[in-house]
Amino acid sequence: MHQQDFFHQALIYLIAAVVSVPIAKRLGFGSVLGYLLAGMAIGPFVLGLIGTEGEDVMHFAEFGVVMMLFLIGLELKPNLLWQMRRSIFGLGGLQLLLTSAVIGGVAILLGQTTGAGIAIGLMLGLSSTAIVLQTLAEKGLIKQASGQASFSVLLFQDISVVPILALIPLLAVNISTGAASNQDDIRRIAGMEITGWVQVTLILLVISGIVVVGRYFARYIFRIIARTGLREIFTATALLLVIAISMAMDLVGLSPALGAFLAGVVLANNEYRHELEADIEPFKGLLLGLFFISVGASIDFKLLLGSPGMIFALLFGLIAIKFIILFILGKFFGIKGGQNTLFAFSLAQGGEFAFVLVSFSLENYVISPETSGILFLVVALSMAITPLLLLFNDRVIFPLVFRSENTQEHDQIKESGNELIIAGFGRFGVVMGRFLIANGLKATILDNNPDNIQVLRKFDFKVYYGDATRADLLASAGANEAKVLVVAVDDKQQSLKIVDLAKRNYPHLKILARATDMDHTYELMKRKVAGYNRDTFESSLNLGVQALTHLGYNNYQAHRLAQTFRQHNRKVIQELFHHHLDDEKKYLSETKKYASELEELLRTEKEERGHEQDCSWDVTSRREETQQLQKNGIK
Amino acid sequence: MVPKKRILILFFHPLAHKSRVNRVLINSVKEMEGITIKNMYDLYPDFHIDVKAEQRDLLNHDLIIWQHPFYWYSSPSLLKEWIDLVLVHGFAYGREGKALAGKQIMTAITTGGRNEAYIPEDGKRYSVPQLLAPFEQTVHLCRMNYLPPFVVHGTHLLEERDILEAGSNYRKVIQMLRDESLSEEEIRKENYINHIIL
Repeated sequence: MHQQDFFHQALIYLIAAVVSVPIAKRLGFGSVLGYLLAGMAIGPFVLGLIGTEGEDVMHFAEFGVVMMLFLIGLELKPNLLWQMRRSIFGLGGLQLLLTSAVIGGVAILLGQTTGAGIAIGLMLGLSSTAIVLQTLAEKGLIKQASGQASFSVLLFQDISVVPILALIPLLAVNISTGAASNQDDIRRIAGMEITGWVQVTLILLVISGIVVVGRYFARYIFRIIARTGLREIFTATALLLVIAISMAMDLVGLSPALGAFLAGVVLANNEYRHELEADIEPFKGLLLGLFFISVGASIDFKLLLGSPGMIFALLFGLIAIKFIILFILGKFFGIKGGQNTLFAFSLAQGGEFAFVLVSFSLENYVISPETSGILFLVVALSMAITPLLLLFNDRVIFPLVFRSENTQEHDQIKESGNELIIAGFGRFGVVMGRFLIANGLKATILDNNPDNIQVLRKFDFKVYYGDATRADLLASAGANEAKVLVVAVDDKQQSLKIVDLAKRNYPHLKILARATDMDHTYELMKRKVAGYNRDTFESSLNLGVQALTHLGYNNYQAHRLAQTFRQHNRKVIQELFHHHLDDEKKYLSETKKYASELEELLRTEKEERGHEQDCSWDVTSRREETQQLQKNGIK
Repeated sequence: MVPKKRILILFFHPLAHKSRVNRVLINSVKEMEGITIKNMYDLYPDFHIDVKAEQRDLLNHDLIIWQHPFYWYSSPSLLKEWIDLVLVHGFAYGREGKALAGKQIMTAITTGGRNEAYIPEDGKRYSVPQLLAPFEQTVHLCRMNYLPPFVVHGTHLLEERDILEAGSNYRKVIQMLRDESLSEEEIRKENYINHIIL
């Protein structure tokens, strides 16, 4: 490709993303739909700014999925993964089996051969890791029941791509003559023909290589790299790691995404985990964006317009079958109420692996070119429609589910807005909520966990489901009449977004914010919120008081010391804030800043130490004076 | 033998671990039968007094002793907080507030200043009973009987054996009160309750 060409393309993709994503976000659609729409707009069938090379871009951009799984692996410690085994293999396994069987059956009924039916069932049984995880992460749902279940299913699907790839050539054999049946366990790897058991050995070697290197050597390598102080080299190392693993996995015939995921899990306990995350994150984001754009661009509007009835019937059928099976399985595996519809809607689309499998099946003469075109279109459309389905779930299904439970109460509360709004009702917000109930106060709560919402409704809280960073949600929560907004979400970026939004649109609101770390504290101070508190400070100090009493300090003294420290801390934070503003001008790196701040904090503790307090109750000095006077004979 | 009077000592000292005299006083009575001792600053370091629990304890005892160092001719601030919160209208005083009627209250204090510092002279000085007038009046309002205070003066100059003697005196006084060895009228004749054992 010419350099000129490359820049031309980059320009188009970037403009499309920069224009459409903020608009989609602003409208509450999430970034994925924005990318997909951008892709449709610049694709060959609308503006025609990009042509068929979009497919190459898509293959390249699929690497974003690999990076995403690496990042997910980093968040997932090995023991956590072990805990999920039931839902990965049980829920995931059943989902793929049942969905493939039903879709395959339908395909055969529609006139496909048995082999093609099986292949179609399998490829459409898979869902889109990229769309689902990106959307769930954006909504902060990954850690909820629906997010965890979705993740388990996707992980199982990722694992099963390998055997499916092995199976598809056999299906071709099935429909033709059965001649090349001894081909089944022969693959070409690195140009050499090898048999099945050699491949298994290679796979085991590569996986144990990843585990051993990740576990025992990675930290030394990262330490050496980090010591160079060159950030870009660290980034390069992180990229190298992901790419090398992908290639190794590819070489032995495993899914690169799976390999990257495994590497992530192995490195989850590594002390450089956060740096790795921060480095890979932007690449992942860009590549995924590119991937979504190319999916949007690949939608074949000519085919769609040619026979819209059939395509939409297939699309509807696909989503309906997947949804129903997911919903039933979700119920069976104990996913409750609102979480289950979310789970079923999330995974009801076809996935990016389907594209790979469609091409692969076509190459192996399992399916006809016409079928492949239709499959490609239906999968792309189902991916594009997923954000809309989730939006539908948010705005239509949820309110229906919740309203049917207690209509009267809900409407009654609606008459008068509450004076207090709490955004975020997790571990932190819930303490405040209990405190308020105990004192007969009412608050409006914004939260994105359906489980919480069901419980809260029972306790007379006015609850809005959704993302508090959305302007319309704040408005419908009554931000206009409210006096105080408490921002108790645990995500720093979300918290600051909410603060900015409220500051801009509702200047009368007094904002009280939970700060998760020092940096967050500074950002809140910059925004001049009415109050902030580091979420760990009080509980940590309270344990400190308990430690003192167990070491023999009396209770009252320990309390006074804590009060003094609290006061001292407030002063120190003010001072550090000013230093921080100075440092910011100097563009110190985050880690350097943190280290210097910690040092400063500890130094002030040392300087302040030894100041004896409560002196008026301590009569030692007076006793000495009296004794002195007595000795001198003065009365 | 069941003690005639159940005694509750409410001990107020913000720096109990540095106390020389009060600690000995407490130690010399803590093993006695029928005595409950509560270290108030330890119980309520944040001044958040459990009113219900305090009232229940008052109801379960016949003689209440406020023991504390004499700070600025008065009590440490937690005792004032305790009085404000626990002796509420309708419980301790008022038309319906008769819950504590007939119980006895006594103050036990230690002062840094010597006895001479509390002898009235040209209207410049006040005696300990005079200075304790607000407490006495509080007790009257609650329909309780106010006893003369137990006082240890000049604590700065006390030697080890003086302090031990003060402790044993305290024990004797409390024993007599518990066993009702003297009538209340006899006791009330004294300005300091210390004198009943002489």
